[in-house]
Amino acid sequence: MTRRNLLGGLMSGVALAAIPSGAWALSADGAKRLVDLIVADINKVIEAPTSEAAKIAEFEKIFVRYADVPTIARYALGVDARRASAAQINGFTRAFQVYVSRKYGRRFREFIGGRIEVQEARAVKNFHEVKTIAHLRGEAPFEVAFLVSDRSGRPKFFNIFIEGVNMLLTERTEIGSMLDRRRGDIDALIQDLQNIG
Amino acid sequence: MRSPAFFPQADFSFHRARKTGTARFVLSVCLALGLSACSVPGPGGAPDGIHDPYEQTNRKNHELNRALDRGLVRPASKGYVTIVPDPVAESVSNFAANLSLPGTVVNNLLQGDLGGALQNTYRFAFNTVFGIGGLGDPASELGIAEVEADFGGTLHVWGVPEGAYVELPVLGPSTERDAAGRVVDLFTNPLTHALPKPEKYYGRAASVASKLRSRGRFSDTVDSVLYESADSYSQSRLIYLQNRRFELGGGDDDTYIDPYDDPYGELYDDPYSE
Repeated sequence: MTRRNLLGGLMSGVALAAIPSGAWALSADGAKRLVDLIVADINKVIEAPTSEAAKIAEFEKIFVRYADVPTIARYALGVDARRASAAQINGFTRAFQVYVSRKYGRRFREFIGGRIEVQEARAVKNFHEVKTIAHLRGEAPFEVAFLVSDRSGRPKFFNIFIEGVNMLLTERTEIGSMLDRRRGDIDALIQDLQNIG
Repeated sequence: MRSPAFFPQADFSFHRARKTGTARFVLSVCLALGLSACSVPGPGGAPDGIHDPYEQTNRKNHELNRALDRGLVRPASKGYVTIVPDPVAESVSNFAANLSLPGTVVNNLLQGDLGGALQNTYRFAFNTVFGIGGLGDPASELGIAEVEADFGGTLHVWGVPEGAYVELPVLGPSTERDAAGRVVDLFTNPLTHALPKPEKYYGRAASVASKLRSRGRFSDTVDSVLYESADSYSQSRLIYLQNRRFELGGGDDDTYIDPYDDPYGELYDDPYSE
């Protein structure tokens, strides 16, 4: 990734954000451009000779900028989201964001020396799938797919599949187990999520 | 089969190499097919696509595997990646992967994948010659990747259902179909039969070392699933099943959840609501 590519990517991101997005405004190309930006940012974090704490902070920024965090959080909470108050949903969304950033941000250490390449995008159902290939040092390349939608009002990704393992389902299972352990106490869950990691 | 990075598996094959006759092979295929045919979920009986009627036993095995990992595999893997220089460890892993290729070719053929069989054969020949007995992997640099196949996958191609989820002692997460496949794969590699006695154990030892290296290199990821998640059993189960189905190419678009249409993830919970 050269500096010029990166700048070009950033500029197209600005352009992308400026497009008023109706329900069907997002094209496969638009979805691919979004993932280009995400991947450029991720590659930058991987390459940067910074501490793990700095990488986690960077990852949280990427997550907030490019992911539809409220939708992901609500899905992770599952049916329990129905009985939660608006304040609990907000609190959970913020706590979930911190938890995800720490959990996945810490994985960056294993990515050092690696890179991600964006492949193609295609429309699936009401959204777009953008496939990428991750190259880790000394590992066979593997597939990472981003699902992108603009139904939140802006183009954002709402799920990631790493070799078929998807974040929505994995986190819903995990959050569900956490809630079970706390006898369904959402406030306790919110409290604890912020302290994990 | 590669152990992917995001994959919790205390995956150790201490199975002994043994001399086998054709009769024994046929017997094990029958056993495998019999086993695989035994469990299919009823309609609506597998929420989230998880069919786990043996959960109690599986959870016991999971605790055993966790104890084994904590007490033996994890420390051994840390030691291995710390003591052995990575280029050496990588060569050992290459060597193990190369020796397993003839077994993969057999499964490519059983699945009717002639292209895969040819590519793997070429890869095996290339790495054996130019990679000095498979210690190097120049084939990958030329883009000749391994086309993965195992007997569990062969059973899938033959139309055998996945069966129930099982967590095997020592071997880790599996399904009834994959467990049967593992049994058969003890015999599918022609090299196990062709090599003389001391040599045939080198591959096995290298394969154990290769698994230690994977466990060591992705230690944090595996740890996060096994020791940091709220319910490591259900996380391992979900990750294994999703990854395995992806490997087998079963992932069509229907596996894609739409959280905008289904914000609470209820689609699977009540199949009668539609």
